[in-house]
Amino acid sequence: MKVLVAIKRVIDYNVKVRVKADHSDVDLTNVKMAMNPFCEIAVEEAVRLKERGVATEIVVVTVGPKAAQEQLRTALALGADRAIHVETEEQLESLAVAKVLKRIVEEEQPGLVLLGKQAIDTDNNQTGQMLAALTGMAQGTFASEVAVEEQKLKVVREIDGGLQTLELTLPAIITADLRLNEPRYAKLPDIMKAKKKPIDTRSVADLGIDIAPRTRLLKVQTPAERQAGVRVASVDELIDKLKNEAKVI
Amino acid sequence: MGILVVAEHHNGQLATSTARVVSAARVIGGDIDVLVAGSGASTVAEAAATLSGVTRVRVADDAAYEHELAENMAALIAILAGEYSHVFAAASTAGKNFMPRVAALKDVAQISDIIAVESADTFVRPVYAGSAIATVQALDALKVVTVRTSAFDPVEMAGSAAIEALAIVENIGVSRFVEEQLASGERPELSAARIVISGGRGLGSGENFKLIEAVADKLGAAVGASRAAVDAGFVPNDFQVGQTGKIVAPELYIAVGISGAIQHLAGMKDSRVIVAINKDEDAPIFQVADYGLVADLFEALPELANKL
Repeated sequence: MKVLVAIKRVIDYNVKVRVKADHSDVDLTNVKMAMNPFCEIAVEEAVRLKERGVATEIVVVTVGPKAAQEQLRTALALGADRAIHVETEEQLESLAVAKVLKRIVEEEQPGLVLLGKQAIDTDNNQTGQMLAALTGMAQGTFASEVAVEEQKLKVVREIDGGLQTLELTLPAIITADLRLNEPRYAKLPDIMKAKKKPIDTRSVADLGIDIAPRTRLLKVQTPAERQAGVRVASVDELIDKLKNEAKVI
Repeated sequence: MGILVVAEHHNGQLATSTARVVSAARVIGGDIDVLVAGSGASTVAEAAATLSGVTRVRVADDAAYEHELAENMAALIAILAGEYSHVFAAASTAGKNFMPRVAALKDVAQISDIIAVESADTFVRPVYAGSAIATVQALDALKVVTVRTSAFDPVEMAGSAAIEALAIVENIGVSRFVEEQLASGERPELSAARIVISGGRGLGSGENFKLIEAVADKLGAAVGASRAAVDAGFVPNDFQVGQTGKIVAPELYIAVGISGAIQHLAGMKDSRVIVAINKDEDAPIFQVADYGLVADLFEALPELANKL
């Protein structure tokens, strides 16, 4: 079974985000970028499916700027077989990305599509579900366990209140939650080998897909800062403050 | 055109999140209909009909909607959406699951996890794990929106909306519910609790969460946890407060043995009063805490439980 994994280049999760002075957006100049952590988990799961003999080929795809090839190389070093780079310097919305991915799904005909559950920049949590809608496939979102059995896929999902198990008809879309697995590190020989693996580059414009923005970002602000409060010296003082000053207990 | 609010319910009970989503919808104004989709949903529909500001409750009662499978829910909502200018749902795991599917079926954008409504087409939402706040205008005619429920007060239960039965059965048939493992708890629900006490890696073991529970019992509080505590296996993952877990905004949040990573802060920094108990006086959690106690939690927690 061919597995398609969609990944995104985002700001590194350790970076403290700065808002531009004109409040037009977040400032990404000279900021460390990396593969979105949830996407790393999706790649790792694909590699594990291949190691288990379930996946026969792993194709990794990204929709993003030229620099996103770095993240494709990382995925190739982790075990993906080849990559597709749909190049655009614009920041596409989830719906547009889902439309591009739908086109790739039609071309590649994967048995399973893996994505992260959300990107840590826009925090949208939409693309996988939208791709499932556009392709008419079943979706297993927020997956913490995936097992392929014949033409079915069993997925354990993290839901409010606990876990839910669903059985999906393949081909299907899975979005990875944090607990799905622990991604491995790429070894140096694998990084060297990844340089020889093919990346097929396409331009969004050539695909003839409607990527016109459906939303307008009016402004971006820094959230109201919470101020550090007071230190209390004892449990007694803490209870007293909560009762008499904050009046919350 | 009006607003359709998708109700959330569990075990025949209307979830409190629905009253909060209606509250967000009321900022826009106009008629508000509530959709109750489920199996044997009549009690839920009756409860939804009492939500203040609701015009009509529309009930899709069929086994196809029993476990809120995204494929069936989205197909149903997409059919109804044509009658509305807005579709709202809670940004719960259920809402996050089916709403983007609705948006794509209708070929419109979705605005996720809003914390404020500025106008009928302009919404405020956190991005970058709450490190920035974006104001976004939706340009599509239909607005599909999920609501961060902790950001809105619930409407009262003083209404009397009409109840209408829908005969739309959408069974897409590509997914099947197998089973559910729900963490049992007699304590208040984490995202709706007035007081939350959370433990982190500092607790050292799942057994030691008893110390947290003893204080929670005295305060009538819900128990939460940091991702570190969940990953270490101390408590199940639905206890997790943070960007990838639950977002809470209680009146009082007590963080015990939690350093205060950005991931965790994203889930609790809108709490009214934050208390931190940690033996590391340099822990970042103290930078957001209203009251900080530098102490060994193994001494402070039993003392706190005793004195409350």
